[in-house]
Amino acid sequence: MKVHTYEKGFLAVGILVLLACLAALLYATAGAGIHLPGRAGRIDPKQVYRTPPFDRPGVREVAPGRYEAVIVGQTWIFNPPEIRVPAGAEVIFTATTVDVIHGFNVEGTRLNMMLIPGQISRNSYRFDDPGEYLIICHEYCGLGHHTMAGKVVVEPAGGS
Amino acid sequence: MAALTPVVTNPQGYELPAEQRRVLRWMLYVGYAALTAGVFHGLANALSYARISILGWFPGLTTYYQGLTAHGVANVLIFTFSFANGFLPLMTARALSRPLDRRWLWSSFGALVVGNVLVIYAVVSNQASILYTSYAPLQAHWSYYLGLVLVVVSTWLALGGMLIDLRGWRREHRGARIPLLAYISVTSYLMWFLASLPVAVSFLVFLLPWSLGLRAQVDPLLTRTLFWFTGHAIVYAWLLPAYVSWYALIPRQVDGRLISDSYTRVVWILFLLLSIPTGIHHQYTDPGISTHLKALHGVLTFGIFFPSLATAFSVMAALEIGARRRGGTGLLGWIRRIPWGDPSVAAQLLAMLTFVLGGATGLINASYTMNQVIHNTTWVPGHFHMTVGTAVALTLMGVAYWLIPYLTGRGLFSRRLALASSWVYAIGILIFARGMISGGLHGMPRRTFMAEATYDNPAWRLPGILTGIGGTLMFVGVMLFFLVIGLTIVAGRRGAAPADIPVSETLTAPSRTGWEPWLDRLGWWFAAAVLLILIAYGPFFLTYEPAAVSPGFKLF
Repeated sequence: MKVHTYEKGFLAVGILVLLACLAALLYATAGAGIHLPGRAGRIDPKQVYRTPPFDRPGVREVAPGRYEAVIVGQTWIFNPPEIRVPAGAEVIFTATTVDVIHGFNVEGTRLNMMLIPGQISRNSYRFDDPGEYLIICHEYCGLGHHTMAGKVVVEPAGGS
Repeated sequence: MAALTPVVTNPQGYELPAEQRRVLRWMLYVGYAALTAGVFHGLANALSYARISILGWFPGLTTYYQGLTAHGVANVLIFTFSFANGFLPLMTARALSRPLDRRWLWSSFGALVVGNVLVIYAVVSNQASILYTSYAPLQAHWSYYLGLVLVVVSTWLALGGMLIDLRGWRREHRGARIPLLAYISVTSYLMWFLASLPVAVSFLVFLLPWSLGLRAQVDPLLTRTLFWFTGHAIVYAWLLPAYVSWYALIPRQVDGRLISDSYTRVVWILFLLLSIPTGIHHQYTDPGISTHLKALHGVLTFGIFFPSLATAFSVMAALEIGARRRGGTGLLGWIRRIPWGDPSVAAQLLAMLTFVLGGATGLINASYTMNQVIHNTTWVPGHFHMTVGTAVALTLMGVAYWLIPYLTGRGLFSRRLALASSWVYAIGILIFARGMISGGLHGMPRRTFMAEATYDNPAWRLPGILTGIGGTLMFVGVMLFFLVIGLTIVAGRRGAAPADIPVSETLTAPSRTGWEPWLDRLGWWFAAAVLLILIAYGPFFLTYEPAAVSPGFKLF
């Protein structure tokens, strides 16, 4: 098969661009520590409110400067609808759903997870800037989907 | 210089029996009708992002999400596959100069029609407002699942007919290379057949029995993973018929040449191999799937970008060869000599240009951690309206401008109106995508009735308005298309139609020696694709213990 010189050049540049993109992703994951949600355990969606930690939804400090936010998605609210965390602290979000698939997206951040019946979703994030952040359900979950939202309030560190 | 080789076996011309032409024509009509019907809710959807609700104007429409389901099902499932069901067998039969098997052809058409009737019943009666992705545990009426299965079965029957045709031809032409147009048409649907099996299992084993009450509960992560097992390759099943036109027909339409026969076959083999083992990049933000597997699918997704890069070169080369033969000169001056005045060519050129942006945004979607910024925001529909919504849809509209005259024997009704349709649509998509993509970067959610959302963000205001304006233009573009095609069918001038499909020639002939004939051993390549799939999906299915935990929810 004869491949034209220009074509070889075009494809070589293309491959180099793709490899550079992959290298950047490798750096983001291994170097900068940005991770995707993975396997974080299973749960019976009908027993969510009887299964720790979902029996006590809300925020708690699990170690100095480390918080866990436990959130349950259900049609068409997040429980609790509002959580408060201090700026600069690492917050581990642990979430699930009691009914259908919901989305969990905190605007302006990379916190973006699906809540799937039977699965526990987990990812961590550090809010550096105080303020209010919308939590949006971004997966269609029935008639009231566009009313399903919550809020993360990030308070100035050392303010309380 | 090597001899020019036509992409079909008999460039002098070949005409299918009238009955077969009629069935294929009606298959296409079903597709173009679905395109037209589906964009009505596309308009409502786009305007909703501009905070304007026009739902009250739709007779028989109960909710926004019912309309959104109709938009998705009609435009990406019924339109695309009805077109492919008519187009790919027609290309195969023309390339081989052999009639199709009429039993397979009729049963494919029958399955498509019955499937459509069932799906339309379920969606129109608001018993299936679960969106085309059909995520359990939202549960639709059984007729919806059965109808979609029948649509998929109709694609299998279309493939069956093509394979019988190919086998017959090969028996009569021992040792000959498969004509290129038949090769790429058959390989496109061969890939889709393999890709469609997981969603068929999901529907037939889990969702259909569950909707009938024969199964109490299902595992939502399992059915979702089976959906995306099919769900990334499905976009290539939509795209490849458009690529068939770009590779094998467009060069002729612009007086150019396809640069290489083998190169084209390699591109299709890469699509066969790599389209399917990439599906988990749609599930980067899902729980229950290991991050290692997500990373593997991410790398393979970068691999599938390669054949599209190769396509960019090959298609541009064909255009340049044609433009220079038409007297074009200069580094870029030749671009003006492409026949922009031919509505079929113009539509497809605009589709190709938009696809550059569609591909670039797609690479960002596939980018592992970066996906978290845009997943399920309007960025995603911004992206795929430039791929399936333009690269595919506008190409298929462009193909109609010669294909419908060819099949009906009637000349295109109005060249100017057809040109206007494509330009309005293309300008519309660029405004629309600019809106959706910038809104998505600010977290504007997709699949959401924004006109009545209880939350807001000032950063979504301008993107929403652009989405509304662009979507309205796209709607107008499709309406003009419908007008042109409708009037061509009923009032086009008899006899003013092309007598044959545009048959291109390749600069380099297919070789009968060396490694190149191996490209025609489709069975082996099919087996290699299965092997890659086992490597990419094996780790999930071997370590995942399904747990049926969810009864059905009807929240619509």
